[in-house]
Amino acid sequence: MYARRLFDFPSMGWQYPFNGLERMSRQMDRLTQAVMGRPGMHWLTARVFPAVNLTEDKDKYYVRAELPGIKADALNIQVDGRNLAISGERTIPSEGENIRYHRKEREAGKFSRVIGLPGDIDASHVKAKMVNGMLMVTIDKSEASKPKQITVN
Amino acid sequence: MAESKELQVKEKHEVAGPAEQTRPGAVFTPEVDIFENDRQINLLADMPGVAPGDVKIDLDDGLLTISGEVKPFEGKDESDVLIEFEIGRYYRQFTLSEVVDQGKIEAKLEDGVLRLTLPKAEKAIPRQITVTAG
Repeated sequence: MYARRLFDFPSMGWQYPFNGLERMSRQMDRLTQAVMGRPGMHWLTARVFPAVNLTEDKDKYYVRAELPGIKADALNIQVDGRNLAISGERTIPSEGENIRYHRKEREAGKFSRVIGLPGDIDASHVKAKMVNGMLMVTIDKSEASKPKQITVN
Repeated sequence: MAESKELQVKEKHEVAGPAEQTRPGAVFTPEVDIFENDRQINLLADMPGVAPGDVKIDLDDGLLTISGEVKPFEGKDESDVLIEFEIGRYYRQFTLSEVVDQGKIEAKLEDGVLRLTLPKAEKAIPRQITVTAG
């Protein structure tokens, strides 16, 4: 199918011989994405709750996790060396006696996770907040692990 | 409650509904609890990252539509290190079996959990029809 596409495609001319290939590569990416999620990231994904997103800029690390229905005081966040530990419990209160469930997809339970950060951090500058069920932890990088600009003379 | 179990990571489900989404970006189905008692139907939906002003609830002829918008919250200089969950809108539709009093629907969003209260309408009072001979 792809081969047919490649040769039939009108934009496939001599001027841009790799146009078709690029398109094919994107299609392959989409295919892998459909089969196993994000391409290339599959093996890195830890199957421990909660799923986190870790991003960085030049001064800080940002750790975000989706924790709907969890109050800030039900969370326990600790920093130890390069590790950030998040633990807590999600409780779903009883909704009364005479109720009948149609669907019950939300789950309650305990969780505990450690996230290893890629560089040294300043443990005294860690802030965490909950906004609309989303946990956001901001961690300052230590002075040593911040990128330095080197001027060339 | 007995000993609570460990929570497991669940993959967010992308919407594969009949309505094609017209805007770019991922759309996920929120997880819900739906329960009822004699007076009302309640719906709880997990929509982390959605601010109270960004939820839309629509009830049209027994079809309940919930959608929630997640505003991008990452700074522009941030680069990804590890990405385990995707961020996108939430969208889900339900058909309601009971007649709902549309004017009295209440919605509340707290800590990323939407709570909808849908009171059941007063049932039509059964009337006795007397046949008079004439």
